[in-house]
Amino acid sequence: MTQLSVPKWLLLPAALGALLVAVPILAMALSVDWSNFSSLVTSEASTDALWLSLRTASVSTLLCLLFGIPLAAVLARTAGTAATLLRSLVLLPLVLPPVVGGIALIQAFGRRGLLGSTLDVLGLQVAFSTTAVVIAQTFVAMPFLVISLEGALRAAGTRYEDIAATLGAGPTTVFRRVTLPLALPGLVSGTILAFARCLGEFGATITFAGSLQGTTRTLPLEIYLQREGDPRAAVALSLVLVAVAVIVIGLTRTRRYSLTAGTP
Amino acid sequence: MSFLRTNHHSYAVRSWSAVAGLLLLAACGIGAGADADTNSTARQQSSASTPDRTLTVFAAASLQKPFTQIGKDFESAHPGVTVRFSFGGSSGLVTQLSDGAPADVLATANEATMDQATAADLVSGQPTPFVSNTLQIVVPQDNPVGISSLTDLTKPAAKVVVCAPAVPCGAATLAVERAAGIDLKPASEEQSVTDVLGKVRSGQADAGLVYLTDVAGAAGDVKGIDFPEAKAAVNTYPIARLRDARDAALATQFMAAVTGPQGQDVLKAAGFAAP
Repeated sequence: MTQLSVPKWLLLPAALGALLVAVPILAMALSVDWSNFSSLVTSEASTDALWLSLRTASVSTLLCLLFGIPLAAVLARTAGTAATLLRSLVLLPLVLPPVVGGIALIQAFGRRGLLGSTLDVLGLQVAFSTTAVVIAQTFVAMPFLVISLEGALRAAGTRYEDIAATLGAGPTTVFRRVTLPLALPGLVSGTILAFARCLGEFGATITFAGSLQGTTRTLPLEIYLQREGDPRAAVALSLVLVAVAVIVIGLTRTRRYSLTAGTP
Repeated sequence: MSFLRTNHHSYAVRSWSAVAGLLLLAACGIGAGADADTNSTARQQSSASTPDRTLTVFAAASLQKPFTQIGKDFESAHPGVTVRFSFGGSSGLVTQLSDGAPADVLATANEATMDQATAADLVSGQPTPFVSNTLQIVVPQDNPVGISSLTDLTKPAAKVVVCAPAVPCGAATLAVERAAGIDLKPASEEQSVTDVLGKVRSGQADAGLVYLTDVAGAAGDVKGIDFPEAKAAVNTYPIARLRDARDAALATQFMAAVTGPQGQDVLKAAGFAAP
């Protein structure tokens, strides 16, 4: 084992912190009714919820990338009051309780909201649709992508970009071939964080999109509902969600190492 | 080097002040708790003859307004007594109690959930029915799709929101659907009756099924429409003393206040009917 490079007194609070997370998860795993586990998690309601969650979280993550990459680039390469204000605004969903986000979304996209009638004219019915779930997830998850990518872009600096520009590369070429590859580890971890946040989204969804099996009832909503009817199913499904989260975190770690290994 | 050091120093100062800020916040939280303690001590001193007593009541969400009122009346009739409420979905409350939440009295929104509490050996004695509640159709004030009966809820244009079958109001909804011989296609099955009301109140939904008392509580924003099939699902609310009650005598007194004439008046004013 290598020499510890941290003061020894840090170990106790570090261990307590780890236990605070580990004990509840372990306790939940121990309380699972394993003999009925497969029937509990493979009921139609459960699989509907799982697939809906995976589908909506994937689409929402794509939307986060579509809007979040340009936002992060703008924020990382500009300074001044306007940039600070824009950053505070974009990161606002990080500090808002999701239910507040849901209420705000109703005021904007709801049937009687600011944009509701315009959307109606366009033939878009957002209320109680899967689209509403995707909007809610994108709203709460995008800041995670923006914050990680902006940090990576700032850390990478502008040296290579400047050199590429002096060598005759246009702004788009520089962005595509220099800026993004340098910030790739940040982009990947930001994407995975955003996906995980989409998967766990609850408050904004139940407030804004409602709860209907196969349409708007994602896995967290199904777990919350099962708590009322069949607590054993709620525990079993929670474990499924933990498993998905663990896979996602594992993905971040392995990817980050391979990427940093490949970066000069 | 010295530049670096100052930089480090100011960074450290900043992080420590952040930590100090957090600790201060935490202290405020603790302080608030301590405040409550001082209050009760003060109360105890002011009425030295009667010792300070606290009663904890777990009650269905629909009881929030009348029970808060009954609690206030009870406190003024019993000096030195503090009544604390936890309002929530009935099944959720029973789950909390079986997980060991400390409480003296339980009032649920239907008999099925009280039966669960009895089966889990949480209740002491026989639960007493004290009010009943029926479903009503709720529509926004302007009734955009012109709902006037239960069958109107099956109109394709109507966005209807109901409770999920797992919660008491959803079970009642299923019962009236069966009685009317219709099959609702809701846009959403909500977790609680207040969520249904909220979606109708905000105009997100065109109609919903909630309790009469919920409509009464939101008068002005929404309209209630009676329907004959509602008789198929009259919810009776039982109240019971809990086996682990710390103050059994006080719990019994509170139950008497709820079932007594004064409590019944408050409940009737909120839209509840006799059991």
